[in-house]
Amino acid sequence: MQKLLNWVDERLPVVDAWNKHLAKYYAPKNFNFWYFFGSLAMLVLVNQLVTGIWLTMSYNPTGEGAFASVEYIMRDVQWGWLLRYLHSTGASAFFIVVYLHMFRGLMYGSYQKPRELIWLFGMLIYLVLMAEAFMGYLLPWGQMSYWGAQVIVNLFGAIPVIGEDLSLWIRGDYLISGITLNRFFALHVVALPIVLLGLVVLHILALHEVGSNNPDGIEIKKNKDENGIPKDGIPFHPYYSVHDLVGVAVFFFIFFIVVFFFPEMGGLFIEKPNFEPANALKTPAHIAPVWYFTPFYAMLRAVTIDLFGLPAKFWGVVIMGGAIAILFVLPWLDKSPVRSIRYKGWLSKIALTLFAVSFVILGYLGLVPATEGRTTVAQILTGVYFLYFILMPFYTRMEKTKPVPERVTG
Amino acid sequence: MRKLIFGLFIAILPVLGLAAGGAVPLDHIETDHTDKASLQRGAAMFTNYCMACHSMEYARYKRVAEDLEIPAELFEENLIFTGAQIGELMKNSMDKDMAAGWFGAPPPDLTLESRLRGESWVYSYLRGFYKDETRPLGVNNVVFPAVGMPHVLVDLQGLCAVEPNIGKKASVEPLSGNVNNGSACPEYATEGSMSGAEFDRAMYDLTNFMSYMADPIKVERERLGIFVLIFVAIFFVFAYLLNREYWKDVH
Repeated sequence: MQKLLNWVDERLPVVDAWNKHLAKYYAPKNFNFWYFFGSLAMLVLVNQLVTGIWLTMSYNPTGEGAFASVEYIMRDVQWGWLLRYLHSTGASAFFIVVYLHMFRGLMYGSYQKPRELIWLFGMLIYLVLMAEAFMGYLLPWGQMSYWGAQVIVNLFGAIPVIGEDLSLWIRGDYLISGITLNRFFALHVVALPIVLLGLVVLHILALHEVGSNNPDGIEIKKNKDENGIPKDGIPFHPYYSVHDLVGVAVFFFIFFIVVFFFPEMGGLFIEKPNFEPANALKTPAHIAPVWYFTPFYAMLRAVTIDLFGLPAKFWGVVIMGGAIAILFVLPWLDKSPVRSIRYKGWLSKIALTLFAVSFVILGYLGLVPATEGRTTVAQILTGVYFLYFILMPFYTRMEKTKPVPERVTG
Repeated sequence: MRKLIFGLFIAILPVLGLAAGGAVPLDHIETDHTDKASLQRGAAMFTNYCMACHSMEYARYKRVAEDLEIPAELFEENLIFTGAQIGELMKNSMDKDMAAGWFGAPPPDLTLESRLRGESWVYSYLRGFYKDETRPLGVNNVVFPAVGMPHVLVDLQGLCAVEPNIGKKASVEPLSGNVNNGSACPEYATEGSMSGAEFDRAMYDLTNFMSYMADPIKVERERLGIFVLIFVAIFFVFAYLLNREYWKDVH
């Protein structure tokens, strides 16, 4: 066995890679609850890939056969129902862990110098993930698949001059049709997963180059012992591999409760109108995107005024795009001398709390039909969302920060 | 012209929204997929009364026969009316285009109806028909106003003369002892072969069957889920202990 390993190692740096990324990758020893979600995102990604491959084996990507083939998977394919529920629940689980992972980054300043690239790759992952989820949602070819896609693709039509042609180009047809389904299928199962995997590799390579942040937001590399090992660092393997295993068990427990007992999650994970095949002539009474898009959908709907001769719809799209785009420049908005929320001032704490609360409430508002009152609330919260970022250079500079300890505090 | 039609369509959208999304009060029921006798009665009811118009084309006869523990020969003899083989999908022989001409829209496939609209909706709808001479078919439905479907079960239920009480609790008048809203229909225009309670029971069976058809794996899924969760819980204990052992070194 050792001989085989040597033979391979002389030709491929496997031992080197193992050490660099696992056995001798020194991670801060004070990771808390929030640090489970990176490895859990990886776990869910693997789940999506494996179940996705098997679903592809029985799925029929045509307008005529898609809906029936999903029911075929649910009824006639051995364990098909389990594959499908693992995949549909996994999609929502992916966003839950990714949102928590991102929130961790916001709390502990994990995007700050020198981790800007990790944050950017992470944001690109998030962007691709949204595209992946959106295109995957069309594939069951139910009513909500169809009309959700119709609404979102039509948004591109709001762009002046090129808009109409652009949405026509995306659909490949004058309305969502089997042609759209075919191209979304190709992108969902081949193109985007390749991009996603590439970005995940970059995200982790960049992380392992500069090292992990921690809840105290201090550099463990500044305090090294005589062997050049960070005093507050422990090897990722075995310490965090066994640690993450506990997280995996807890995650799976919750995940399987949903998969086996509440696969529709009351219409949140699988929306009820999707039990009816897509029908281009029948619009559902209420079109709502899946929950993970609803904060941005609420922002889109919150914009109700025409401006500079351009329709409100266009400005809604600008706001929605801006809400995601502004996350990309976050590393350059935070001017605080400290990373972690633990040592930032009360202004930052209030700002982060307001931001999180507004995001969650916007998520709820995007789920329910709009009323006048709700639209007003959505408008205020959209303002709060953007102010968190726009005012960040000011409140992070103004506030008084607490002294940061030399060593991690556990 | 297309723009005009589209504009008109947009204009009536809010009305359609009201028609479909309004909060109609429903009679709530809990279905039970382990009640094989109820499911069998429901299957007989569905194939005899519903399947002439409504298919269940995503499901196969054979699966129903096996899950409901009905012997294959018996099933073929009594519950398949189209001459289909037992391994085939549960289609029916009504031509969709002709049906659209007769009813305004082809009768929808009902495989997933109870997951689309909910079990309580199905149960209430089935008991919601009443006499309404203003409608082309002479009947209307409190749960689905202006529905295009005739009252197929009129021979069983009878024809309710007034709007049935759906979603209203039964109550007893303290002085006279009269029961209000005891059964859905307080007054019949024509009597059916079943009493109110018998018909409710039959509609429960039918709804139960439709609920099973929409989610045939439910019982098995929940049975397996228990074992999966027990496994994960045991796995958690070992993972936790392993973690504790390793982390003893970390100070």
